[in-house]
Amino acid sequence: MNLSNASASLNAILPLVVVILWACALLLVDLFITKERKGLTALLAAIGMLASLIITLARLDLEAVVFNGMVTVDGFSNFLTVLFLGSGIVAVALSYDYLKRMGLEKGEYYVLLLFTVSGMMLMAVASDLIVVFLALELLSIPLYVLAGIATPRLDSEESSLKYFLLGSFSTGIVVYGIALVFGATGTTSLAGIVDAITAGSAGMGLLVAGAAMLLIGLGFKVALVPFHMWTPDVYQGAPSSVTAFMAIGAKAAGFAAILRIFIQAFPALSVDLTPVLWVLAALTMILGNVVAIAQRNIKRLLAYSSIANAGYILLALVPYGQSDVAADSVASALFYLLAYAFTSFTAWSVVIALEQVEGKGLELEDYAGLSRRYPILALTMTVAMLSFTGVPPTLGFLGKFYVFRTLLEGGFPGLAVIGVVTSLISAYYYLRVVVYMYMREGEPQAIRDPWLYIAATASAICLVVLGIFSQPLFAWASQAMLH
Amino acid sequence: MIPDIVLFIILALVAVASAVGMLFSKNAIYSALNLILNFSSVAVLYLILGAPFIALAQVTVYAGAIMVLFLFVIMLLGAERLRRSETLPYQQPVSIILAAILAVVAIYALLFRPLGIEAASVANPDFSSPAAMAEMLFNEYLLPFEVTSILLLVAMIGAIVLTRKRQRRVQR
Repeated sequence: MNLSNASASLNAILPLVVVILWACALLLVDLFITKERKGLTALLAAIGMLASLIITLARLDLEAVVFNGMVTVDGFSNFLTVLFLGSGIVAVALSYDYLKRMGLEKGEYYVLLLFTVSGMMLMAVASDLIVVFLALELLSIPLYVLAGIATPRLDSEESSLKYFLLGSFSTGIVVYGIALVFGATGTTSLAGIVDAITAGSAGMGLLVAGAAMLLIGLGFKVALVPFHMWTPDVYQGAPSSVTAFMAIGAKAAGFAAILRIFIQAFPALSVDLTPVLWVLAALTMILGNVVAIAQRNIKRLLAYSSIANAGYILLALVPYGQSDVAADSVASALFYLLAYAFTSFTAWSVVIALEQVEGKGLELEDYAGLSRRYPILALTMTVAMLSFTGVPPTLGFLGKFYVFRTLLEGGFPGLAVIGVVTSLISAYYYLRVVVYMYMREGEPQAIRDPWLYIAATASAICLVVLGIFSQPLFAWASQAMLH
Repeated sequence: MIPDIVLFIILALVAVASAVGMLFSKNAIYSALNLILNFSSVAVLYLILGAPFIALAQVTVYAGAIMVLFLFVIMLLGAERLRRSETLPYQQPVSIILAAILAVVAIYALLFRPLGIEAASVANPDFSSPAAMAEMLFNEYLLPFEVTSILLLVAMIGAIVLTRKRQRRVQR
């Protein structure tokens, strides 16, 4: 790679480079910002991500394969990059007042947030298993630290340690999978794997084992049943602003890797893998939704809801091996991720508004009577719950609609029925939150922070408005993955 | 001139013996020292394979830096005085069975190559020269190399953030 080649490569991943350099610079700048004015660090972090977002949006139709085929910039990666950067900016808005209230203000918080966003952006463009592994680490390590940033609070430390141990375990499985795939095909590049399969030089037994390992490792990251054990404890113990971002960013990045690897490199293995995906998706939807019914703590409830949602996203992937459905698989999965991101941020910003110090204000009872004292918060939470349930005209409804349509196209009506039935079950616990807010008496306490309110109401409005005008959004999500 | 195979057998014996020694020594310090011996003999194996750069990296990074850290931690924590206690009674039989299965599978795979793995081809003699390594790192693997450096930076920041002592103040 000569110099002009390298600069062309760097230019293709300019948004990523901006975020990484900005994070390094912010680390130094933060030293000169006094403890009372950490809001400035938050603002600077948001500006860095905004700059990167503007660059991405300015060249949305950019397509390039650079760094010797290790990086692929295409419609798929641009969509996800926008999702990650947007989530990062919203996460800063949610964090600022929350950290101040909980006495957790640290400049490194925002630096680590930038680094984890950069890891996710790298995941979106990764088209080589080595880069996938590095991106996975780059996005996970800051999240392990962020989960424990409330140390010496015990539940935060527990959350961080659990996440770290199970996370590194799952990364180990991913690496093992990569090694097996390399052993079977002699390459780690996704395009090279396809070539090896078509040339018939790949050891298919090893390759299937490697693909299964990759699915297990990444399944841990996105919390598929039966690899979900860590999720409720980690989500509950981590500071809520971190959990909100983790629930969206880490899940989307994990699915980015699964989608890219499976659809690009492993369509030939679908005979073996589709039944596995079928069972995983069904288990995830059933267990996530059923166990969520028993939860009284809102953070645990949302944790199980995030597990259930991972199941719905995986639905889109089940028919991935049929070449005429694969494009819709990607599009509906991306669309669902977007809907999930908006819905989650709406719900989590209300949770953050109600949370008090020492983990109080997180039980369902604390939401009783919310509609009287804080009608806006109650309304946004209601929109989020309806979107999670999948009630039209919210974005959540359309997300499920597209996923189920993809399933039917692929010829899996049984699984679609399971999806619909579990959605009905989920209505029980989602709507129970609404019942508490509107029909029970109580004295809820919430803070009035403008950024939090802006984030909550803006994403709630997006849920409804984008739900009504979803066509262009779906068309954008359908932009092809570059092969 | 000693033929390579004799050198290899001697080194392999040393490597295996030191690995076994590491597992069975009662004292953590002896374990660490055995591990150093193991790393060094593996480094010489790399040399025989014609990979001087990897051999040196093995010595400086593993046998050198990492092991010094290990020894420091062991001595600072006083871990060498810890009593070894068997907490899992079924551990030993299970481990023997698993090891036997692994050995059988490994021998079977080596002898019959059931999954169609070709015998390892002889590498280009230049394959592991420092120049070739650098060429690989800064051309083909430029991006992973740079990302790794960011990764190490992040890990360092994380370790400091989590362990630094600080005053907590909670606003009510």
